[in-house]
Amino acid sequence: MINGNTALNIDNIRLNSHEDLDALRQKIIDSHDPDQPEVLVCHGTGCIANGSKEVMAAFEKICADSDIDVKVMPGIKATGCQGLCSKGPLLRINPQGLFYQQVKPGDVEEIVQKTIIGNEPVERLLYKDPKTGEAIHTEEEIPFYNLQERIILKNIGKIDPTDIHDKISVGGYQALAKALNTMTPEEVVTEITNSGLRGRGGAGFPTGRKWQGALKAVEKKGGPVYVVVNGDEGDPGAFMDCAIMEGDPHAVLEGLILGAYALGANKGYLYIRAEYPLAVKHLEMAMEQARAHGLLGDNILNSGFSFDAQINRGAGAFVCGESTALFTSIEGKAGTPRPKYVRSVEEGLWGNPTVLNNVETWANVPLIIEKGADWYSKIGVPKSTGTKVFCLVGKVNNVGLVEVPMGSPITKIVDEIGGGIPSGKPFKAVQTGGPSGGCIPNRLKDTPMDFDSLTQAGAMMGSGAMIVMDEHDCVVDVGRYFLRFLEEESCGKCIPCRLGLTKMREILDNFSSGKGSEKDIEDLTSLAKAIQDGALCALGTSAPNPCLTTIKFFKEEYLAHVNDQKCPAGVCKDLITYSIDPDACTGCRSCARQCPQDCISGKKKEVHVIDEQKCIRCGICMDTCKFNAVLVS
Amino acid sequence: MIKFNINDTEVEVEPGCTVLEAARQYGFDIPTLCHHEAVAPSGACRLCMVELREGDWSKLVASCIYPVAEGINIYTETERIQNVRKWLFEMLLAKCPASTEIKEMASKYGVDSTRFPAENPDEECMLCGLCTRVCEEIVGLSAISLVDRGVYKKVGSPFAQPTDVCVACGCCVSICPTGAMRSRIDAVRRTPAVTLTPLAL
Ligand SMILES: Cc1cc2nc3c(=O)[nH]c(=O)nc-3n(C[C@H](O)[C@H](O)[C@H](O)COP(=O)(O)O)c2cc1C
Ligand code: SF4
Ligand code: SF4
Ligand code: SF4
Ligand code: SF4
Ligand code: SF4
Ligand code: FES
Ligand code: FES
Repeated sequence: MINGNTALNIDNIRLNSHEDLDALRQKIIDSHDPDQPEVLVCHGTGCIANGSKEVMAAFEKICADSDIDVKVMPGIKATGCQGLCSKGPLLRINPQGLFYQQVKPGDVEEIVQKTIIGNEPVERLLYKDPKTGEAIHTEEEIPFYNLQERIILKNIGKIDPTDIHDKISVGGYQALAKALNTMTPEEVVTEITNSGLRGRGGAGFPTGRKWQGALKAVEKKGGPVYVVVNGDEGDPGAFMDCAIMEGDPHAVLEGLILGAYALGANKGYLYIRAEYPLAVKHLEMAMEQARAHGLLGDNILNSGFSFDAQINRGAGAFVCGESTALFTSIEGKAGTPRPKYVRSVEEGLWGNPTVLNNVETWANVPLIIEKGADWYSKIGVPKSTGTKVFCLVGKVNNVGLVEVPMGSPITKIVDEIGGGIPSGKPFKAVQTGGPSGGCIPNRLKDTPMDFDSLTQAGAMMGSGAMIVMDEHDCVVDVGRYFLRFLEEESCGKCIPCRLGLTKMREILDNFSSGKGSEKDIEDLTSLAKAIQDGALCALGTSAPNPCLTTIKFFKEEYLAHVNDQKCPAGVCKDLITYSIDPDACTGCRSCARQCPQDCISGKKKEVHVIDEQKCIRCGICMDTCKFNAVLVS
Repeated sequence: MIKFNINDTEVEVEPGCTVLEAARQYGFDIPTLCHHEAVAPSGACRLCMVELREGDWSKLVASCIYPVAEGINIYTETERIQNVRKWLFEMLLAKCPASTEIKEMASKYGVDSTRFPAENPDEECMLCGLCTRVCEEIVGLSAISLVDRGVYKKVGSPFAQPTDVCVACGCCVSICPTGAMRSRIDAVRRTPAVTLTPLAL
């Protein structure tokens, strides 16, 4: 907390019991005047990119310079991602709970005068209902939020992730205190098993079963057991683990400590992607503050249980998120997958039993322990319980972080919460699960987003990226995009992946230049099957999924490329031509001025024409024309 | 002893054996490129895939690393396996056109041509990693390793500089299944390759 009520001096006190924790919590709550204004500035990745740091600086400066009454001097907090990233920078103002969007530093003076001092909203910064245009005041009234069920994201965007007291005041470490006081380690494992929780890292392995497997291995061979957080999130389009680590680091840490207690681990690792410095920083601060409070380290809450953890920064490769590659990377070797016919719960780090779970999986653990398996398993659908956080990106109106019960239909997420696609037409397809997932067409928009339904559709839950596509996205191009990504990320150890992905991509390259045949589609499918069957790790075995699903669901679009040399979406450059519609062209000359080839001619106020021979199909003219006169075919 | 089935024939082997070892012991043919008794298996070439079936469920596993287990059913010549082999050989023929060993092996399994164009007509290496494993595990030197990753992976000495670490024992050359190491060793040794063949004084 920057300004406001910081009189409370309770730093660095060790808590020795659940009562101590409750007393501290009460003290923090009491010290906070509920009427004191509070400004929450989103500091998620999206909002920082849109300038939220400058907005924060403006608040600090203006509040410091002005002579606001101390009673209304706002506390200013930087929070994690508040969710609706496409409308950032976002701001929440308490106690009214006002939701401001697209705030610029220049708006701050007015916000301070009008809202903080005058207790009145700044109309133009409020969210507008896209249909009625009516201004909406609070988050709770916005469909993007009120159609979600936010249990993992509940505190993200509302607390200061760098302040453990903020977390404690909303119930942080209650689950840990409860478990240490009233539950045996076996009871914790049982609770997780009964909750039905499945791993959020992609494959959906039942978490309780994984933990039991590790316990059996310890029983068999003894020795230490490790708990590990997989924070290597590298899917294009995915940022939920980043948002959780940055916005609520204590949730991950508390989950990890609970897991360690359940499994009897004294040492844990947090493997975090190198490109996430803020997540590393917040988790480091969280661990330091937790240690100072006796919530991490020796003799946690005076229970006799000791556990500590350390952060390992990822090696910057997508494949290091794969469990065996992640372990070799933590062990200090090159992160290369190894064959695992012995499960890593038995032989993980340094050959010892190891439980690796995803960031979001760990963040679910405290909730389950606090509220019980019964409560948890009622959320979602029977075989996929709880909620899932999705990153909604691509051609969708509301880009951001969405949390819904497992099994929610795609259309609820994309059309209702996401507000549909910008053109107002139905979306064409949704890519779930990133490069290992699949492309689901609009006609299957009622598919429930749960592990088994997605696998059945040939896609995959993956980590939770949902990339929305419209009619200007070409499925051949989508297949090429993901294959190119994986070609770059392949570790190169096994032949199906190292050579096969390139070969698949080359066949698709041919399609996009009109050089394919129907036999090529057959070959592509058969080669894809060989890679699925033959590759050593899941990067390779799942790599053909995006391409295979597009062939399965959009065969006619492939045939158009192959038989008619046409790209229906107007994306594959070799197969399209640009022309100008004489009836729509006003002769404004914008396109001609922008064309890098100088190949658009025409006099002012007269119809323009494109010289097809010189045109390099960059599409700039189409983006430039305000009259929709440039056509692509 | 562990009893299980290969192609519906019951076999019996010592525990701790791999499926490949058991299959070879009983005369079942499985192609391999990255496997050698002298070094630890790595599971890189994927030519040794066999199908593990349990009722309706089945999956392919690399026989050179898959440990035998009581009662499992292994098949060595199914459609899925043949499909994997066919594509591996087609890709290898295009990647290492200069290797007669690969041509012969592919031909033995019915693959005589490839739909893919040859990339580099002089290439023989298919990155099985036997040379680097023998240098590390048997010679104990790690003078060479697999450097870079993915499509850029290659065999070489650190920073592609000639190295004195190499003692010119020749193990890597003799283990190399494609003959590719013969031409590569020059770039590894600081002194020219002649010293590779110990002189009979
Ligand atoms: C290529 C590849 C990349 C992966 N990347 C991640 C990742 O970034 N984060 C993650 O949690 N799991 C990732 N996984 C899945 C992990 O291997 C592992 O299954 C997971 O961390 C287990 O945790 P869970 O049971 O909680 O899902 C990846 C898997 C593969 C094959
Ligand atoms: S499938 Fe790809 S990433 Fe996995 S081991 Fe093989 S080459 Fe490496
Ligand atoms: S597509 Fe590009 S090159 Fe072609 S006419 Fe338009 S602006 Fe010029
Ligand atoms: S920008 Fe559009 S309207 Fe203007 S000259 Fe070009 S095609 Fe015609
Ligand atoms: S040089 Fe020979 S042994 Fe070494 S990786 Fe290449 S093919 Fe294998
Ligand atoms: S010749 Fe050199 S590189 Fe080859 S195995 Fe011997 S020491 Fe290693
Ligand atoms: S980053 Fe601010 S809302 Fe997501
Ligand atoms: S011999 Fe088994 S993978 Fe190469």
